[in-house]
Amino acid sequence: MKSKQDFLSGYRHMVAIRRLEEKSAELYQQGKIGGFLHLYIGQEAVAVGMAAAITKHDHVITAYRDHGVAYSVGMPAKIILAEMLGKATGCSGGKGGSMHLVDPKLNFWGGHAIVGSHLPLAAGIATSLQYQKLDGVVVCMFGDGATNIGYFHEALNLSKVWKLPVVWLCENNSYGMGTAVDRASAVHSMCQKAEGYGMANACVDGMDLEAVYGGVSNAAAHARSGAGPFFLEVQTYRFRGHSMGDPERYRTAEEIKHWQDGDPITALRKAILAKQMGTEAELDALDREVDVEIAAAEQYAEESPEPADAALWQHVFSESPNGRA
Amino acid sequence: MATLTVREALSQALWEEMEANSKIILLGEEIGVWGGTYAVTRGFHDHFGAERVRDTPISESAIVGAAIGAAMTGLRPVAELMTINFAFSAFDMIVNQAAKLHYMFNGQVNLPLIIRTPSGGGRQLGATHSQTPDAIFAHFPGLRVVAPATPRDSKGMLKQALRQNDPVLFIENATLYQQRGDVPDGDVTVPLDKSVLARAGKDVTLVTYSKMYYATMKAAEQLAAEGIQAEVIDLRCLRPLDMEPVVESVKKTNRAVVVEEGWMSYGVGAEVSARLQSECFDFLDAPVKRVAQAEVPLPYNQRLEQMALPDQEKIVRAAKEVLYV
Repeated sequence: MKSKQDFLSGYRHMVAIRRLEEKSAELYQQGKIGGFLHLYIGQEAVAVGMAAAITKHDHVITAYRDHGVAYSVGMPAKIILAEMLGKATGCSGGKGGSMHLVDPKLNFWGGHAIVGSHLPLAAGIATSLQYQKLDGVVVCMFGDGATNIGYFHEALNLSKVWKLPVVWLCENNSYGMGTAVDRASAVHSMCQKAEGYGMANACVDGMDLEAVYGGVSNAAAHARSGAGPFFLEVQTYRFRGHSMGDPERYRTAEEIKHWQDGDPITALRKAILAKQMGTEAELDALDREVDVEIAAAEQYAEESPEPADAALWQHVFSESPNGRA
Repeated sequence: MATLTVREALSQALWEEMEANSKIILLGEEIGVWGGTYAVTRGFHDHFGAERVRDTPISESAIVGAAIGAAMTGLRPVAELMTINFAFSAFDMIVNQAAKLHYMFNGQVNLPLIIRTPSGGGRQLGATHSQTPDAIFAHFPGLRVVAPATPRDSKGMLKQALRQNDPVLFIENATLYQQRGDVPDGDVTVPLDKSVLARAGKDVTLVTYSKMYYATMKAAEQLAAEGIQAEVIDLRCLRPLDMEPVVESVKKTNRAVVVEEGWMSYGVGAEVSARLQSECFDFLDAPVKRVAQAEVPLPYNQRLEQMALPDQEKIVRAAKEVLYV
């Protein structure tokens, strides 16, 4: 991140994710979004910094808190909202929902809702890149909670043994659902787990766009060089509950306030002004642009058609005209 | 026409397809340097190299998960699980990832991957290593489950599986690798969704698959010696299940016995029986009989284990029961 354009683009993306998530919460409360909804509010700098640091040859896969990641890698807000509303125009025609956003054309492989299940898949995508000698790395994002499931350990070990081009990007937001890291994990630094596999690692501030950008750039460069996987821990915080049904009994208002004082968007705005990478007027104009974008996205999603009944039977198997099998 | 063992047939299928398609890679425990615990891939590591024939750590989830990731991004991985009993360690990957992603992502992602694994008991390996849980895996839409019995079908179905785009659980049987049979010369493919008439008869229909095919064929011979003409259908595929030859046969014989190595409850026999009563109820002259494994975890003791497993004698007895002789 060097140019004014880099900073303003980062700011715009982060604000858009914030507004998109606020809109999602509203639509959920109206009963228009079904199932579970996991908001990315507070963690915006991670996805945006990550996306700014990689190239179009790189691949991204993440967990169920995926709206911000999907937006960062290029999925339009209207497609995201349409999917959440279960519409035919959603990224998966309304069959995946909030937790399973995907777009192979963007090298974005989901959206995975079984905690940790996508880590072995990331190793496989990296195997594919390595075997086909393609230029690209895989960025696999997951929470601190995922480091306690077997998948994490199998996938990290395999990636090191095979020297796979993966960036393991751990979004440590201090809680796996409502259980704090120090109540769930034997070690509290996620990097220490990477040490256990002899893996290069680093920890950066996930509330700081530039820090995430720098961290992912270094990590991706390491993985791209053929030196094998890199483990990057980012310390971040979700301002909202785990999902919309979170009773919030596990953390204090003071703690939330403390992190909100370090809001990544406010911090970036201050940094942009301090570095003279943009003016108040320019930032305000971006805010207004985002408002228009999200309003249009909502309208598009609301007005989009439901999937046809026939969609129920489509794509059970790849070649069968109907999946009744 | 050549006479091959099932092992040779499988090995030839893999070898020929790998020679023809560089997208095919193999991954699994001891498949490379060791040559495969059942020697199906002996010689592959030297010929195709370590990049294509990948020895893995003992990490079943990572093996299947990496295969899924590789398949999503353009390869045709063949994951070998040393036994189907270890597939439980990768159960989520098989039924919750491989079986789901094509549908959940609305057909945008193909998963042309094969999971090869031997099933079955009878080798004094005790309860944890002797199961035939084939039906469990056949419960999930989105996963093709096949279990060939003969060398010809083993070769033809494996080659077919390597040329289509769905995830396939390719169930072998540890006691069948030395089984010999005729295999046509040249390219041989067998569909993954077709049951087959294995022996013509008119008095009773015996429906079976995999290892029990052999006991059933012997039972049919024994019955023939007693003047009973049994028709034998080899299902070959459990999902999708092709009932057409079964129904056609039962409409002629009016009696059916379903033979499987696994447990009876919720099994293949349960499914076939239910479909028979709904598809040709008026043609049945006797309740459908099931021959299956005793509902106990298999014991180590050879005599007790054999008592629990279905065999020729139990099949003959069941056939006579539905014939009321």
